[in-house]
Amino acid sequence: MKIAVCVKQVPDATVHKRIDPATKRLDRSGEAALNPTDLNAVEEALRIKEAQGGEVVLVSLGPQKAVDSLRKALAMGADRALLVTDEAAAGSDLLGTARALTGALEREGADLVLFGQASGDGDGAVLWAAVGDLLRRPVVSQVAALTVESDAMTGKRQTEHGYDLIRAPLPAVVAVSDAINEPRYPSLKGIMGAKTKPQESVSIHDLGLAAEVVGEAGSRTAVLEIGPPPSRGDTIKFEDDGSAAQKVLDLVVERKLI
Amino acid sequence: MTRLVFLEHYQGAIEKGGLGVLSKAASLGETAGVVLGEGATEVAAAAGAFGASKVYACDAPELAAPLPQPRVDALATLVERSGVDTVLFGASVLAADVAAGLAARLDAGLNWDLTDLSVADGELVGKRPALGDTVGVDVGWKGAPRLALIRSGTFDPVESGGSAEVESFETTFSDFSTLATLVEQTQEESSGPSIEDADVIVAGGRGLGSPDAFSLLEELAAALGGAVGATRAVVDAGWYPYSTQVGQTGKTVSPKLYIACGISGAIQHKVGMQGSGTIVAINKDPNAPIFDFCDIGVVGDLHQIVPKLTELVRSRG
Repeated sequence: MKIAVCVKQVPDATVHKRIDPATKRLDRSGEAALNPTDLNAVEEALRIKEAQGGEVVLVSLGPQKAVDSLRKALAMGADRALLVTDEAAAGSDLLGTARALTGALEREGADLVLFGQASGDGDGAVLWAAVGDLLRRPVVSQVAALTVESDAMTGKRQTEHGYDLIRAPLPAVVAVSDAINEPRYPSLKGIMGAKTKPQESVSIHDLGLAAEVVGEAGSRTAVLEIGPPPSRGDTIKFEDDGSAAQKVLDLVVERKLI
Repeated sequence: MTRLVFLEHYQGAIEKGGLGVLSKAASLGETAGVVLGEGATEVAAAAGAFGASKVYACDAPELAAPLPQPRVDALATLVERSGVDTVLFGASVLAADVAAGLAARLDAGLNWDLTDLSVADGELVGKRPALGDTVGVDVGWKGAPRLALIRSGTFDPVESGGSAEVESFETTFSDFSTLATLVEQTQEESSGPSIEDADVIVAGGRGLGSPDAFSLLEELAAALGGAVGATRAVVDAGWYPYSTQVGQTGKTVSPKLYIACGISGAIQHKVGMQGSGTIVAINKDPNAPIFDFCDIGVVGDLHQIVPKLTELVRSRG
């Protein structure tokens, strides 16, 4: 079983995130980390590999410094990493990103492609569906429990109304929810071993793609303007002196909320 | 500009999320709707009352299960045949996958998590809060087709009293689109409104102190005709079911009234509820971040305040 896990480097949670006014892109110069929900996808891949053997390959698109974040997933137990890194791909929107990842995934030819639940920086939770369409393979998302056999997968998908049990033949693209598992911490041995695991960087050209299909040139969306967030107005704040419940009730009644 | 709104239906009725987007789109100009799946033709006409000038319907058996890929085939067919240049979706688990698959299929731009739509100089512009809603970004599209996912609960359905012609259409399916199949469907048992539909949500976090304290929130929610929500921390601790989790990794809600009890207001929770009309926060810690983005903040013990509030609401009759 060959499992490819698509992961992404995002600004660390402790970093004050900003959009560069000149490029209108997220400033990625500060401390970075592996996108937290991608860890669930890495963990799931490792569990499948431990149960039935095979290989876990990390696939990522990002600047060269993203190798630092990939190393964490290698330390958890992934076998190797493939980073698509190219100046031409900077500023890719959904389509550009999906094309670059699809190029890398086609090269790998994995039986199972895993994604995490959402990106921690762009708040996106859609990439797998675009990749699945480009790969022309079945897609199952929001998977809270996954069973993989030699030629098919069954996923328990969480929806607004309950759970759908969905089955698809392999190769398939699966996005896991963060309820699926608890990602392991890398062991000391894993951290030491990660340094010698294969890490390959490829360009857009190496994947047989034209530079125009990724980055700004390949984007079909545009950021027009960056402004302040919608304002909430003033806050009424007070300490409870025994009458807080009455005050809250009066305020919500006054606003015709109940 | 010819707009199309993707309308999901469940148990014989079109869902509120899509109808809200339809009402908004219709206020900007002529808009059609599309309903796919079993019973689509029967429910389609109802969209006329929310502003659709026309509703396309396809109820091919391949569309019976709530799976995204056959829907991408159907929408791609419709966009190509009807000359639609904009397709709008109310965000849902299904709609997100349909929208992104369609973007790849049509080589189209997709903007997501939009909280407003407008037309400037004849061009559609979306508003998207970003970076944990600390900035507001105006987004656009480089040409048609334009695809957009609207944050759930952003627009309320508005009855316009109109009516719509229903046009059935047929589609073919890609070989890979029908490979995934629905084996079994389990509906979640719940009493009262779901948190996505509730006008009032009473939510609890770690400040409750114990799972038992959720009964206080349940009583207040029942008195207000609302639903109970929870933070990720208490869901992870097993205090309350995942289906009630509000936040980045749970549900995004926008009730008229959100009462946050013992919730600090971490960013992971904030992004799921900041679209609420009025936010009331009750917390012992005067420095809790939630006091920075609530409308009414009470520094105090929720174990005292919540039962009193429940009593007061009940006594109003």
